[in-house]
Amino acid sequence: MSAFDSTTRTLISPAQLNRPLGRVAYWAVFAVVIVVFTLVFLGPLYWMVTGGLKSTQEVIQNPPTLFPRRPDPGTYLAAWQHLNMGRLLLNSVYYAFGALAFQLVFDVAAAYSLSRLRPVFGTVILGLMLATLMIPAAVLIVPQYLTVVDLPIVHIGLINTPWAIWLPTVANAFNIFLLKRFFDSIPADLLAAAAVDGATPVQTLRLIVLPMSRPILGVVSIFAVVSVWKDFLWPFLVEPDPTRQPVNIGINSLALNVAQNEIIAGLTIASIPTIILFLIFQRNIMAGLTAGGLKS
Amino acid sequence: MAAITDSPRTTARRTRSAGPRPYGRAGRRLRDNLTAHAFLIGAVACFALFSWYPMVREFVMAFQRTRRGHTTWVGWQNFIQVSHDPVFWQAWRNTVEFTLLALVFGFALPFVVAIGLNELRHARAYLRILVYLPVMLPPVASVLLFKYFFNPSFGLFNAVLSALHLPTSQWLNSADTAMFSVVIAATWMNMGSAVLIYLAALQSIPGELYEASELDGAGLLRRVWHVTIPQTRLILSLMLLLQIIATMQVFTETFLLTGGDGPKGSTTTVVYLIYNYAFNFNNFGAAAALGVIMLLGLAGFSALYVRLFRESE
Repeated sequence: MSAFDSTTRTLISPAQLNRPLGRVAYWAVFAVVIVVFTLVFLGPLYWMVTGGLKSTQEVIQNPPTLFPRRPDPGTYLAAWQHLNMGRLLLNSVYYAFGALAFQLVFDVAAAYSLSRLRPVFGTVILGLMLATLMIPAAVLIVPQYLTVVDLPIVHIGLINTPWAIWLPTVANAFNIFLLKRFFDSIPADLLAAAAVDGATPVQTLRLIVLPMSRPILGVVSIFAVVSVWKDFLWPFLVEPDPTRQPVNIGINSLALNVAQNEIIAGLTIASIPTIILFLIFQRNIMAGLTAGGLKS
Repeated sequence: MAAITDSPRTTARRTRSAGPRPYGRAGRRLRDNLTAHAFLIGAVACFALFSWYPMVREFVMAFQRTRRGHTTWVGWQNFIQVSHDPVFWQAWRNTVEFTLLALVFGFALPFVVAIGLNELRHARAYLRILVYLPVMLPPVASVLLFKYFFNPSFGLFNAVLSALHLPTSQWLNSADTAMFSVVIAATWMNMGSAVLIYLAALQSIPGELYEASELDGAGLLRRVWHVTIPQTRLILSLMLLLQIIATMQVFTETFLLTGGDGPKGSTTTVVYLIYNYAFNFNNFGAAAALGVIMLLGLAGFSALYVRLFRESE
């Protein structure tokens, strides 16, 4: 059983696991964990996917059925139409990738400037940005909302426009922190060489810094998209127009007038994009969560 | 966090002195500074508009009242009004109850799960993906799904309970169990990220420490107590603080599961109360005052926490 020896030593020693009794105990625990985790974490998702295949009566019958009696994909079609899913999903994609573009442009530029160009008052600005990490987000919702309703000085309202979602996401101190820390670690000689060759700051950023920063840009991008996709309270407040709502809000506001099985089908449709995103990028997401997340 | 402000002061502009320039030294420095600020301007504008200005405004609004477009200074009136609201203490009690319950499930459980997963030698990737999957779902999907499970007459949970001949529950419909139900849903939705962070911390524990304590005759639980916990102390204490601050701001879960207040106000939380003042009663002054109270409360708690942690070090 070499599988027990190859890994690094943890709480339980390989010797203990290799004893006959240890082996039996290990496989017993392993089987229980697999079954329980699958039930707990995949079970609800199974119920969601199959719930969308059940009829209106079957989905609210007691006791519930484990398998849909007559699976009917038509419910998904009905949900797509009644919940206006196409529109809602398109809105979500538009908000998420717009927010991503703004964050990439503004936050990367700012972090690069703070890390490498070092303007006057740069440390003060960085300090003020990082200070916003200390403020509980929920506390600021009300004044933020009032600001978006009527922007100071220019007096433009952003309610029901995508700007209300895009621009506030740029004010993300965590992005600035992660990006600046990464840019700080790029060898200075490399940038000095570029400067000697006459590269402007924009060229240095585009040709040297950005290609080297792909891992951190990946982490920032994934979390930017996912956090806009998952956000609830803010889009709920600033996008009251049902045709402009992201999928999260839209489903909830339409849920009252739609049959239970169609809502469940709608939830399944709404979950698919992020699940696919997760399965594709799971390595980056998990690495970003642990490396970029809290070890700082 | 202080480490980033004193990073090596390496600049491209100092070394960029090749060839004579039409500008003087001061001119070049000015120009470089303007370039640097041009890079900053987008982010600074967004921070100013959507973070710094609202922060200041929150404190100003807390002392103001607006009626029919007229804004007047009212001193501590908003604070007095908010703290005399009969729901004020109930909201704090509910919020603290949620936080404590969420700590038992959302803090202790992920740690135990992480320790367990770290011991398994097979299907590691599968288990990790499973645990993190709910974190990726839009919260509306998980919440409405759980609302369906919690339904007392046709929900999955009561069906399972009655199949096992256990007493069923009213879940979200009863003041006694509503908050508990919210915690179950919230834990399922959020525990994945905590598990993964703990797993990373556990993997950084040197194996020799376990070997040494085993040679000293320490059993399984003693090894957890004397090796695992001390070795992950820093990350545990940081996660605890972050989690308390995050769960004190609970809103989406209660808002979607119970409409915010729940049976007999049993799930009214402080952030829901802020929301209620602002968007149902149009009383932005009261909302701001309650926000300031919450901000100061959490800041005071964090300061105390960090201090106690340092002392016990």
